[in-house]
Amino acid sequence: MKEDIRLLKGNEAIAMAAIRCGCDGYFGYPITPQSEIMETLMAEQPWEDTGMVVLQAESEVAAINMVYGGAGCGKKVMTSSSSPGISLKQEGISYIAGAELPCLIVNVVRGGPGLGTIQPSQADYFQAVKGGGHGDYKLIVLAPNSVQEMADFVDLGFELGFKYRNPVMILSDGIIGQMMERVVLPPQKKRLTEAEIEEKYLWATTGKKNNRKQNVITSLELDSESMEANNLRFQEKYQVMQEEEVRYEEYMSDDADYMLVAFGSCARICHKAVELAREQGIKVGLLRPITLFPFPKKQIAELAENKKGFLTVEMNAGQMVEDVRLAVCGKKPVEFFGRLGGIVPTPDEVLEALKTKVVQ
Amino acid sequence: MTEELIIAGFGGQGVLSMGKILAYTALMNEKHVSWLPSYGPEMRGGTANVTVILSDEEVSSPVLKRFDTVIALNQPSLTKFEEEVKPGGVLIYDTNGIKNPPSRTDIEIYTIDAAQKASEMGMLKVFNMMVLGAYLEVKPILTLEDVLAGLKKSLPERHHKLLPVNEKALQMGGDMITKL
Repeated sequence: MKEDIRLLKGNEAIAMAAIRCGCDGYFGYPITPQSEIMETLMAEQPWEDTGMVVLQAESEVAAINMVYGGAGCGKKVMTSSSSPGISLKQEGISYIAGAELPCLIVNVVRGGPGLGTIQPSQADYFQAVKGGGHGDYKLIVLAPNSVQEMADFVDLGFELGFKYRNPVMILSDGIIGQMMERVVLPPQKKRLTEAEIEEKYLWATTGKKNNRKQNVITSLELDSESMEANNLRFQEKYQVMQEEEVRYEEYMSDDADYMLVAFGSCARICHKAVELAREQGIKVGLLRPITLFPFPKKQIAELAENKKGFLTVEMNAGQMVEDVRLAVCGKKPVEFFGRLGGIVPTPDEVLEALKTKVVQ
Repeated sequence: MTEELIIAGFGGQGVLSMGKILAYTALMNEKHVSWLPSYGPEMRGGTANVTVILSDEEVSSPVLKRFDTVIALNQPSLTKFEEEVKPGGVLIYDTNGIKNPPSRTDIEIYTIDAAQKASEMGMLKVFNMMVLGAYLEVKPILTLEDVLAGLKKSLPERHHKLLPVNEKALQMGGDMITKL
């Protein structure tokens, strides 16, 4: 079959990939810099074709609760927003994690706090990987660094979500959302039928039949001992994710003296910084975590054995650097360089920071 | 081949769509491309710019501070981006409304008079195609035929009647560019 190659924005790629992967429903509320996701879905009118529901809710809170409802029925459902909107969704996300339901949440991050700017940022790292809402829960967090990965991670996100019955977040930013690149779109998958959902997802509320107990979807458990048991089960699941689902990419790390660590768009900028540094004879490599939870801590710990130092680069005041430091565990210096509030660092700035902060 | 380019001007001059046509045409010709716009409130009447990278290799950073080519279509853009041309690189600017011309001597500087010409000829809507034609005269990474094929493929059928005026604009741009 001929490849379906397009020139798309990251946001458009998310929308196209959602339709292609057999998504049942998208519920959203517009906010820059991710509004093209819903705009593209509305323009494509998938309800005419695959039957996918696309709905602009009255608020972010409504949208995430629609996702909660759809997910409870075993449907492949998603929402997207940008930072302030994602904050509004946190209560719902916590409920979905507590009720152990799969869904996909896309955050195209902009500069905060508050309404902040509409420019790119990575300042929602903590919110995405350390909880965000209340309670001891984890999201699987995928950090795309290209338009292609925006498309690919929709399907991957749903796959992981259903595998672990856990909400999955794509943590992107205004750069990846707004930029256009070549993207190969996946072939169209069929949406599951009601009968297939009933057969596949025994936990879903598909209508009680006489021969089975009713399925209950809730995050409420008033008996503390049972709630502790639930929590222990969640933690066990997160542990399995940590062991089995870590994804990362290395670039020029074999002979490197120093390592850059960066995710998403910053990793692209750092990739260029590695090229520039190598031109000047500085042996530096790059580690790019693709899953932010589970974090590639084992890999970073291994690198700490034979590298001289690390520089973590983020578009925030230093968030992932804490996880890098935990992994390096004091063995080598871990420095930080970041730009804040919607300012994007350039490869030259990264190189300069590498020279002044890390290279001896 | 890697070409790192920024096109900057006023919102409404067709800066972003010029970049898009360039990126789309390059994609059709098996190149790796990235197209990163400035986005946000500045799109409404203020300045707009787009970074376009065309390469035989995969594109690393879509965000750059130094460019092989800068195309500046107004004074603020010229002032801002002159210093971001790599030594030996190319600066193309439209002379319309320029009070402070560039002063660097370590780069190749070209001028076009496209804004004035487009206005005189009632061709303001294809001003950006004149600029693109001028650019491709200096950097023949793609042919005008490639661009027209790209336009034809990306435009809906009902707009295909506009192809001849775009072709004319591309050619005029190529003819009007002058080296300083």
